[in-house]
Amino acid sequence: MRKLLIALAAAVIAPAAMAQNTVKIGIVTFLSGPAAAPFGVPAKNAAEFVVDELNAGRAPAPYGKKGFGGSAIETAILDEAGSTTTQVTEFRNLVQRQNVDLIVGYVSSGNCLAIAPVAEELKKFTNFFDCGTPRIFEDGSYKYVFRTSPTATMDSVGAALYVKDAKAGIKSIAGINQNYAWGQDSWGDFELAMKVLVPAVEVKTSQMPKLFAGQYNAEISALLGAGADVIHSSFWDGDLEALILQGGPRGLMKTSMTVLTTGETAMHKLGAQIPDGTVLGARGPFGPYAPGNPYNKWFSGGFEKRYSSRPNYASYQMAQAILGVKMAWEKAMEKNGGKRPSNEEVGAALEHATFEGPGGTVRMANGEGHQAVMETAYGQTKLVNGKLTLVNVKRYPAEKVNPPEGAKSADWIKSGFKAN
Amino acid sequence: MQQLLSVAVDGVIYSAWLFIAALGLTLIYGVMKIVNVTHGSFYALGAYAGASFTGVWLARGYPPVLSYAVLFGAAILITLAFAPLIERGILRFMYAKDEVVILLITYALFLILEDVIKLIWGVNPYFIAEPYALLGSFQVAGMAYPTYNLLLVALAVVFGGGLAWFLSGTRIGKLLRAVIHDPEVSRAMGVNVERYYLATFTFGSLLAALAGSYTAPTVSVVPGLGVEIIVLSFAVVVIGGLGSLPGAALGAVLVGLVRSLSVHYLPQVELFVIYFVMAMVLALRPRGLFSLEEPRKI
Repeated sequence: MRKLLIALAAAVIAPAAMAQNTVKIGIVTFLSGPAAAPFGVPAKNAAEFVVDELNAGRAPAPYGKKGFGGSAIETAILDEAGSTTTQVTEFRNLVQRQNVDLIVGYVSSGNCLAIAPVAEELKKFTNFFDCGTPRIFEDGSYKYVFRTSPTATMDSVGAALYVKDAKAGIKSIAGINQNYAWGQDSWGDFELAMKVLVPAVEVKTSQMPKLFAGQYNAEISALLGAGADVIHSSFWDGDLEALILQGGPRGLMKTSMTVLTTGETAMHKLGAQIPDGTVLGARGPFGPYAPGNPYNKWFSGGFEKRYSSRPNYASYQMAQAILGVKMAWEKAMEKNGGKRPSNEEVGAALEHATFEGPGGTVRMANGEGHQAVMETAYGQTKLVNGKLTLVNVKRYPAEKVNPPEGAKSADWIKSGFKAN
Repeated sequence: MQQLLSVAVDGVIYSAWLFIAALGLTLIYGVMKIVNVTHGSFYALGAYAGASFTGVWLARGYPPVLSYAVLFGAAILITLAFAPLIERGILRFMYAKDEVVILLITYALFLILEDVIKLIWGVNPYFIAEPYALLGSFQVAGMAYPTYNLLLVALAVVFGGGLAWFLSGTRIGKLLRAVIHDPEVSRAMGVNVERYYLATFTFGSLLAALAGSYTAPTVSVVPGLGVEIIVLSFAVVVIGGLGSLPGAALGAVLVGLVRSLSVHYLPQVELFVIYFVMAMVLALRPRGLFSLEEPRKI
């Protein structure tokens, strides 16, 4: 009887003790639906790769300590597909039922906007890894919410600066963007930035087809007919690939300099089918624009070896998000004498921090220290010996493509990109 | 003038694509009175099968010109693998139920098939751009259009014309029209209605699969492909009149041209213009432009 009681007590105590030795991270990203292939699954793969590497202590310094401060990392991976209401419910489940220690996730800007106040209410450290809307920290102030990737404003301003630099004497622009928040905001920022940089620029046409419309013959004809010097598109996934497949044979990218702000995700898949001279963005210094630092060599090399495919920008953003949290966790441990840090302590350690990742330097400079800024880069495609390469690459420092702390993106662009 | 010509060409290309997709939907409704949401799944299955088979065909170095036949064969194979199974295994037990219940059942099947597609093909996109580029391009109003678009227009004419001929000019077609008008009397006259239901569902689904298969070279074949097409196809058949073949043709042309006009002249309204046309048609003719005559039953 005594042995039985001891065994029972051990069975109850052991998992609790084990839980104290592990850090459970909720990972939320698209595992189904159209966003799964370009963003969700590459990000999930990156999360699994980085977590395994960290648990094995194989990441380069200063990330070499096993897990988070010596505690093994455990993940609970959740599908982001479904309505915003579903995501809020699932977020509560992750926190209240699965008892995760912290959460890294979310691709959709709509989901990020909905999750942020709930994370705050539940006092759960949450790091958004990919969503682009600048409104999260421009319209709100949070203690528990962070984003270790730059906003979509950087993509649009970087694109405008690039085309101004790369194509002399621009007189007209046109756009084809998906008709929802992401497409409208991206085009809005780009148009605004172009009008500041080239005040006389004329907008020939702004096409806003439905998300996942798939057939763009009429839009391509309208763009060809407009004959603008530059075409801007923030299309992603199948829409981006369909635009390239349908526009390429019709000479769209030859007629106008075409900027695809998320084009890097198609680069790995379409390769030679992307016409020469197309301007590709990677939402930051990721993928082909990533620096040759040891973190990139470790991440991209290991990822490619494990999955037989190259990591795209969503993979980089996820890796960077987890490394940022690890840095903050260990910094907080250092400060509290090696104890397991609370969510508040981890948050305080990440606020205004600077850390290195596979995409280079990440500075938590905006949103009261909760929003990252990074440099960005754009380049043009060129087929060399059957292989797609990027030429005329230009890099723009973080200060040039991100608003200063406290400024709203639209106001900053309208002001002529003035620092505070 | 040049822009108007461009509007017409874009409208015809879009109409042809829509018509191929909507044709099977209106046929199935006409014969079986099923608002078939799985039509979108067959479109997606056709696209995946077309991309996979043609991809393998081209990768093995077989003649690229035969890839058009491979697209056709892939649509037939995938339809035969799924359509009879769904009709015989599930739908035939539901015919006595209300139309709304069957609609919900086909919607459930649509969701299941979406996951089946992911189980078979995963979430990564498939591309087969070669057939799209192979035929070269033609010039209209100073703009290049891939000749492949003409193939879609030709397919729409052949499928639509062929089906019209089949229904009015063949014995089986006439029997099918009898089933459309009154399945009970047809059954009483010795027509094997169940067999016609199976054939109609399979053929209607094949048209969706063919639409998907021949669309595959122009797009990235990704999960969720069947969602958009089912909504547009419904708009087309509702405008034309559910179950009407000429109605589907007119609906597709109307939608194609109106969309093309809006893209060229007023892109801000492109998102809702198709549904605006649908609403206007339904306001004036609630059963669509070419609704089938309902025989009065005593």
